[in-house]
Amino acid sequence: MQLTRRNAILMGAGAILMTGLPLRASAAGEDAIAAFTGGAEVGEGDIKLTAPEIAENGNTVPIEVSSDSATEIMVLALGNPTPPVATFKFGPLAASRSASTRIRLAGTQDVVAIAKLEDGSFVKASTTVKVTIGGCGG
Amino acid sequence: MAEGVKPRVKVPKTASAGEVIVIKTLISHKMESGQRKDGDGNVIPRSIINRFTCDFNGENVVDVTLEPAISTNPYLEFEATVPESGEFKFTWYDDDGSVYEEIKKIAVE
Repeated sequence: MQLTRRNAILMGAGAILMTGLPLRASAAGEDAIAAFTGGAEVGEGDIKLTAPEIAENGNTVPIEVSSDSATEIMVLALGNPTPPVATFKFGPLAASRSASTRIRLAGTQDVVAIAKLEDGSFVKASTTVKVTIGGCGG
Repeated sequence: MAEGVKPRVKVPKTASAGEVIVIKTLISHKMESGQRKDGDGNVIPRSIINRFTCDFNGENVVDVTLEPAISTNPYLEFEATVPESGEFKFTWYDDDGSVYEEIKKIAVE
């Protein structure tokens, strides 16, 4: 293909489209959610997920989850090669059902937190994090 | 055992009965995700801390399952209630079977 001005513009536009699109959620993520909830319906409600809107470095993205009545909270990064991130189980001496940690994100994607509440129901929260440099070592 | 693994935990030395304290833990560990390749294109095998627990006098505070998506040098912060004097026991479980432990005493005044 000859590199004409038109082709160069097309290629540039294509490259922008490719990088701009968030990573698609994989079937593995759906499976992990189903394994955690046992297929139960996941509603909205008492759960908070705090993550930065833009993360410059996907290798360490600080996140925080909290939910007043959760017994367990699972965090997933749906665009990662292995979507599960961590599962927090709170024992009798946990003062609050909250925890923070640092995670890796392969690229711009949705981070999801699902909490299992004391009454056995599930709620989820999700937030999109834009990642400038991915954290999976290419 | 993975090299250079060193747990660090921040717990106050004293508290009042029933007080809520913030605990910060960090363990130096490379958390090799199993996704990276070396210079020859071979996949570097996964080697991570896969579980962390914190107990106070035998009662559980948190039990965390860690996956490869946790960053190098896993950092965890959470809150605990201190009903009486005693000790916090922190345990990290490595993929290779090693277990790293750290104990912090706290006095209730």
